[in-house]
Amino acid sequence: MEPLSGIKIGGSSVSLAERVLRGDVRATGRLISLIENAPEEAEQELRALHAYTGNAHVVGITGSPGIGKSTLTDRLAKRWRKEGFQVGIIAVDPNSPFSGGALLGDRVRMQDLATDPGVFIRSMGARGRLGGLARATHNAVRVLDAAGKGVIFVETVGVGQSEVDIVRTADTVVVGLVPGMGDDIQTIKAGILEIADVFAINKADRPDANRLVIELQMALGTSGNADTGASARTEGRWIPPIEQTIASTGEGTGALRKAIADHWEHLQRSGELETRRRARYEAELQSVVEDHWRKRFFEYWQQRGHWEQVVEQLLRKEIDPFTAAQQLLSPFLDSEIGG
Amino acid sequence: MAERPIRVLIAKPGLDGHDRGAKVLARALRDAGMEVIYTGLRQTPEQIAATATQEDVHVVGLSCLSGAHLELFPRVVQLLKEQQADDIVVLGGGTIPSEDITALKKQGVAEVFTPGTSTQEVVEFVKRSVQL
Amino acid sequence: MFDRDALQKLEQRKTAWEQGPVAKAMERFGERSEEFRTTSELPVERLYTPLEVAETEYERDLGVPGEYPYTRGIQPTMYRGRLWTMRQYAGFGTAEESNRRYKYLLEQGQTGLSVAFDLPTQIGYDSDHSLSRGEVGKVGVAIDSLADMELLFDGIPLDQVSTSMTINAPAAILLAMYAALAQKQGVPLDKLRGTIQNDILKEYVARGTYIFPPQPSMRLVSDTFAFCAEHMSNWNTISISGYHMREAGCNAVQEVAFTLANAVAYVKAALDAGLDVDTFAPRLSFFFDAHNDLLEEVSKFRAARKLWAQIMKERFGAQDPRSMMLRFHTQTAGSALTAQQPDNNVVRVTLQALAAVLGGTQSLHTNSREEALALPTEDSVRIALRTQQILAHESGVVNTVDPLAGSYYVESLTREIEQRVLEYIDKIEELGGSARAIEQGYIQREIQESAYTHQREIENEERVVVGVNKYRISEEPPTNLLRVDPVVERQEREKLEQLRAQRNQAHVDEALEGVRVAAGGQENLFPRILEAVTVYATLGEICDVLRDEFGTHQASVVF
Repeated sequence: MEPLSGIKIGGSSVSLAERVLRGDVRATGRLISLIENAPEEAEQELRALHAYTGNAHVVGITGSPGIGKSTLTDRLAKRWRKEGFQVGIIAVDPNSPFSGGALLGDRVRMQDLATDPGVFIRSMGARGRLGGLARATHNAVRVLDAAGKGVIFVETVGVGQSEVDIVRTADTVVVGLVPGMGDDIQTIKAGILEIADVFAINKADRPDANRLVIELQMALGTSGNADTGASARTEGRWIPPIEQTIASTGEGTGALRKAIADHWEHLQRSGELETRRRARYEAELQSVVEDHWRKRFFEYWQQRGHWEQVVEQLLRKEIDPFTAAQQLLSPFLDSEIGG
Repeated sequence: MAERPIRVLIAKPGLDGHDRGAKVLARALRDAGMEVIYTGLRQTPEQIAATATQEDVHVVGLSCLSGAHLELFPRVVQLLKEQQADDIVVLGGGTIPSEDITALKKQGVAEVFTPGTSTQEVVEFVKRSVQL
Repeated sequence: MFDRDALQKLEQRKTAWEQGPVAKAMERFGERSEEFRTTSELPVERLYTPLEVAETEYERDLGVPGEYPYTRGIQPTMYRGRLWTMRQYAGFGTAEESNRRYKYLLEQGQTGLSVAFDLPTQIGYDSDHSLSRGEVGKVGVAIDSLADMELLFDGIPLDQVSTSMTINAPAAILLAMYAALAQKQGVPLDKLRGTIQNDILKEYVARGTYIFPPQPSMRLVSDTFAFCAEHMSNWNTISISGYHMREAGCNAVQEVAFTLANAVAYVKAALDAGLDVDTFAPRLSFFFDAHNDLLEEVSKFRAARKLWAQIMKERFGAQDPRSMMLRFHTQTAGSALTAQQPDNNVVRVTLQALAAVLGGTQSLHTNSREEALALPTEDSVRIALRTQQILAHESGVVNTVDPLAGSYYVESLTREIEQRVLEYIDKIEELGGSARAIEQGYIQREIQESAYTHQREIENEERVVVGVNKYRISEEPPTNLLRVDPVVERQEREKLEQLRAQRNQAHVDEALEGVRVAAGGQENLFPRILEAVTVYATLGEICDVLRDEFGTHQASVVF
């Protein structure tokens, strides 16, 4: 397979990052591949992009398979496009059944967007990685953000922990539900309810839509508020509004778009955006440091063949794990800090 | 963690609605460890080329049984070239007479598979062409 | 059908046979396989005897031809009275070219016409639409307006032929053009004989030429039923098709199950639209595939006939016997043809056609040998037609009704298929009917699963396909394939330009507005469409109005 970084496309010797900033689609696609395939090489490019990020409104869209997420995303993307925003979409499928291989079909619902130069869509599979997928998604968002996308949708199938991790990187999380699909509140994992900023009850023309709304209100403790959306806007505290949509016809997606925009405004006005982003950067920094540190540490000792020796010593009770750890760490500890 | 699966776009250009072959092949490629992006029916060459660059695939597989291949396949090759993405390998499949296969290859389609081709043959071809 | 004592004795006899001669033979040779299965994965026993059909009651399950439950055939004398209609699906290029092919086929003794339309026509685009590029005239004839229809049937009096049109999403518009042409020829509408496919549900799962979402599509179907019930009483308003689902990969059981489930949906839609079941049900027709597994296919046709009769009588309370008769067209299996050693396909088609005839089909299309590669040439179409004629006049199978009835194997298989179909139909009902099952991707998934399994079996050589995974030769690619001249597209564009310049645009605008108003309201759309085509509004223009009013279907992909 050809090398992914440092290649010259079309005779250009400009870095991928620079080309991403100029809005080069090919380079944007390439850089996301690099993030997926060779995260360390991608870091070189991502360094140059950080200063240009932070402008996009990142909207996570999640829910069980078959609730119409892709159609919803398609409708929402068109609404933002109409208002002049550039749009990025990352469709993540964390549930690929076979290791490595995946069938990614979310784009089918977004065919009209494919040739819109203001829209960039990327499908991502799980590739057997768990934690890594969330970070790859986050870095892909970073690329699209730097490329000037004003709103970026991160669409993920399912309601498990890995999906929660993925959408947590979003500013606004939309949880989609459909009446009569076994999506009763009991079956929805509590985690997904907690992360929701906006609910979309899709296929709301189905008979039991109202029941689902009421169940949801009860679960959220907002029952009695006829218009949860209004209360969400009047108080300082954000109460997730429940919007009813029919994505196939577009009905209700205007209100959904407004709810998402309201939440963005709420985040900015209340200062919560900065709080969230601060927490997110901190978490990211922590995980990057941990990764790098861990990697350096193990490489160092594995190269020296020392690692297995220490394990052997532990087994023969020649050393205890605590002393061993201290000894292994000592070459890395600066004498001044380490004391 | 950093696996590098081959990424393939399977697309149905034109108005032809016969997707049995495209879907069976998509599954076979998936089972061979590839990431397969499937875009459904009625794709224009413009949509296919844009999708291929955004998704940064290694290979685009075009399936057409309506006889419009001479019009549609080379157009995809051309558009990829215009987007500086002519390193993407373009393959074709369908009910395609041998004279047309020659013509398509001249216009940059790497290989054309006709009915009766085993999916394994295509899997092997994709693996080989990406390794080059 | 057999008395208890006889069966008991037979059981002992069979056990003895298995323990004796069979065991001995197995010791010496073994069998070719541990288990034998039909193409649809139904288990096949070593021997069928009265034991395997002990549950079958002759009167209840078989009866006599022309009477309920029609297992043995829908007419009392079947092919002793009249042979099936030999109907070759044809059409390509311009209307003039197709017209020449039709006249050729009629001269060769074909008894009905079957029109293939190009993809732009099937999806409601005129030949000058940007999405039509490269597709005009390719898989069928390009029809943009009544003017093309006039050329297509030039010199063919419409009261003398029966015409089948493979058209679905815009079926009402093409039928309206045919009706308008009849009016110009002075043929009364109730003298028109033929069929429109008009089966939109299977387009969503298998064939892909949908335009509008399911609900307005079903309305167009019901409106056509209603118009024909009143004005075109000899026209088959729908051909509910298993063919394309089978071609997309499902097996024989699924083919019957999904077809009948769709049929139930159409009947329900018409009843919901206020029609009486016996006014439209006699004009419902069916379309099945004929594959290579000869006896399974024969059993499939028999089981389908019986099931439909039961559904119509028991579930929908039909009174008119014609409402209960499953009349069907058959086409031989295109997916069973191989691009390798294409002449072998003549043999395959013969087997498949025999299955259709032994299964009691009302009309038949036999594929031509090179159809895995291209549209057929005249020579190949003639061989395909001759295959039917040889079956009809030389094989002798037409001289008695339902000749395979009473075969222990065929009766057992018929029963097995019937039961498995019922299980599927129940499952689809549980999901809320076929429209819901399609929406949820259930039917698509079933079809794809079967298609993938089949492909793997061929690649693992569990199934032999002669010339493909066994008995291969190195061969030169075939030449002299039929090729549609790309100039057709330009000609069609020019014709359209002329038409638009010459017709009365005010009349067209007015008629299109009439279509729009009807589409937005409740009235039957068909008369408005008829008005529009009569003043030469084009197919694309009418579809654009309907697209505006109804929206378009967004497909989902299911794996």
